[in-house]
Amino acid sequence: MTHQLPVSIDDADIEQFGRELDAIQREVKASLGELDRRYILRMIEIQRTLALGGRVLIFASLPLLPAVPLFLGVIGLGTGALGISKILENMEIGHNVIHGQWDWMGDPQIHSSTWEWDNVCPAEQWKHSHNVVHHSWTNVIGRDRDVGYAILRVTEQQPWKPAYLAQPLYSAALAGLFEWGIAMHDLDLGALRRGKLTLADIRDRLAGIGRKAGKQVMKDYVLWPLLAGPCFLPVLLANAAANVMRNLWSFAIIFCGHFPDGAHVFTEAQIGGETRGRWYLRQVLGSCNISGGPLFHVMSGNLSHQIEHHLFPDLPSHRYPEVAPRVRALCARFGIPYNTGSFARQLGTTLRTIVRLALPTRTTRTRPLPA
Amino acid sequence: MNNGPSIWSRLADVASLVATPLAPSHYLALVSPLAATHALQARVVAVRDETADARTLTLRPGRGWRPHRAGQHVRVSLAIDGRIATRTYSISSSPDRRDGRIEITVKAVLGGRVSPVLAREVRPGAVLSLGQPEGALVGPVGGSRPALFVTAGSGITPIASMVRTFAARGAMPDVAHLHYAPTGPEVIFGDELRALAAAHPWYRLIIVHTRDDPRRVSADRLDELVPDWRTRETWACAPRGLLEAIAACFEREGRTSALHIERFGAAIVPVPASATGGRVRFEATGTATRADGRTPLLRVAEAAGVHAPHGCRMGICHTCDATLLSGCVRDLRTGDQIDEPGRRIQICVCAAAGDVDLAL
Repeated sequence: MTHQLPVSIDDADIEQFGRELDAIQREVKASLGELDRRYILRMIEIQRTLALGGRVLIFASLPLLPAVPLFLGVIGLGTGALGISKILENMEIGHNVIHGQWDWMGDPQIHSSTWEWDNVCPAEQWKHSHNVVHHSWTNVIGRDRDVGYAILRVTEQQPWKPAYLAQPLYSAALAGLFEWGIAMHDLDLGALRRGKLTLADIRDRLAGIGRKAGKQVMKDYVLWPLLAGPCFLPVLLANAAANVMRNLWSFAIIFCGHFPDGAHVFTEAQIGGETRGRWYLRQVLGSCNISGGPLFHVMSGNLSHQIEHHLFPDLPSHRYPEVAPRVRALCARFGIPYNTGSFARQLGTTLRTIVRLALPTRTTRTRPLPA
Repeated sequence: MNNGPSIWSRLADVASLVATPLAPSHYLALVSPLAATHALQARVVAVRDETADARTLTLRPGRGWRPHRAGQHVRVSLAIDGRIATRTYSISSSPDRRDGRIEITVKAVLGGRVSPVLAREVRPGAVLSLGQPEGALVGPVGGSRPALFVTAGSGITPIASMVRTFAARGAMPDVAHLHYAPTGPEVIFGDELRALAAAHPWYRLIIVHTRDDPRRVSADRLDELVPDWRTRETWACAPRGLLEAIAACFEREGRTSALHIERFGAAIVPVPASATGGRVRFEATGTATRADGRTPLLRVAEAAGVHAPHGCRMGICHTCDATLLSGCVRDLRTGDQIDEPGRRIQICVCAAAGDVDLAL
């Protein structure tokens, strides 16, 4: 065994594992067709209808204001619809379209090169920070900035420093403002702090964020509220609530992707000379699924199938549920751990880690092999 | 008059700000695809068979359609097996139609991917994507020299648009129309054009059935069919063989400038049976190089000194996607060949399969 991955499997088996995953990917790609296209068109239609319906309900609630319970009921419904539409737009639609999952259709309207999402992070920058950096360097300490997002200590392999003491607070703030955290992500503020980048290096990106965020803020916090005239405040609060709802949900789902107990992290030395098979293996070892029903999977943008997403990032997400049992069986055959659990288990262990690692625990350099 | 922006355009500006990152049109499309302006759509309102394998589709273009001129063509896109396919068809109807509808006439090409679907499967009610009218094959204008039209097969469609327009305007110029078709029943618009010829003495229709009379086009043959062809300004729309023959006649007479030619569709690079490469041209940088059939185009670009943005180099991040302008590439992962101009291809996992032009 020449690889240095925390699992007892020999090189030949790793490559066989990779070939079988390649075969699954080829098979699913070959079967893409009209039904898949109808799925994404329908999803986009549902999402846009919810967005429009939500905004209409928020406005419809305003004349009801004297009847407070009725007003609250209607504006709550509208806010919920708008929040759900933002969740679908960012997760099942935006994230996946920007990954190129729907590029096979050749539809200029639904294509990674042209898609812009309802998020303060410009799609162009997200493609770099997420598709390139995170998906290529998944869970490699020092390379994958998604490990702790440069502000959190989520593995003992990150050396402790006093600033981490407050990380339960940072996490709570990040959860509520998650889209802003995502927007800052490609700036690589860590490198700026360490002096590896200068302000001039990130000026263009900063300007890009400014333009995009400006439009988003204008829409949700200025124009829609202004259209309500004297009822400016309820509309502003409803829009803010919808954005926070999406932020909290996407934070929870995304933090369950790589931080629950049992997820592995890697050093650059461990992945030297990585073959395709070993790349696949790292994706499985570093990712975690969340179990749930069909609605839960759609609402999570199918990131509840984080393992399958990391193996096949440009496979249309609604196909992950059918692929998952095959990937899981393959992992079982090769003795590779497949990390899945309930939402409560995955989120619970993630939050526990954030609290626990705020304190100076011992920095481990190597992990024991699983028994 | 106030030349500043109208209240409507101001409202439209606000509407687009509250719809960001989409446009208001995306929400209008939920109600009616034809009301959308972000992507021009057309509804098929009627279908009519012209011959055994050609069918006319009557389309109602949505908002934003710019009326065509007779002789122009239009790009039509539809999803086939989930994938968007685009083809160009001449508009066969007259721009003078009162109802604003247009017609395209599609002949099912044996083994084709798009034309059989349009000519046999598409039903009224279907929605297709449309480009704007394009093309410079605009025919004779009133008071111009006598004209000659030479057409074959479905090449008759842009010419039909012109003839219909002259007839509708009551301004038929002196036109000789030479049309080639295998047999009588295979003449698209045959009955209508014969009726027009009967009603308009200036419109002379000569139909040659190539099944009975396989003689090729030559100066002698033209002398027989249209004796005064040398004095006529000529428009030709036909398969390549006939166009070449016509062009040769005009060249010999030194009258090349009096010949206007419309080819069907774009030049298609034949797909080789084995995985051979070809000449790769990077349009934006104006660089050309040669590539084999297995080196990813990203590496070909880099070797040629062409800057190509890229990310993972393994086909997952789509940072290196580039637009295919013409030619054919092979997706190294699937062996699929992609030859649709305008498609975005992942150059880190695609190799040349013949000559390739990329927008890089």
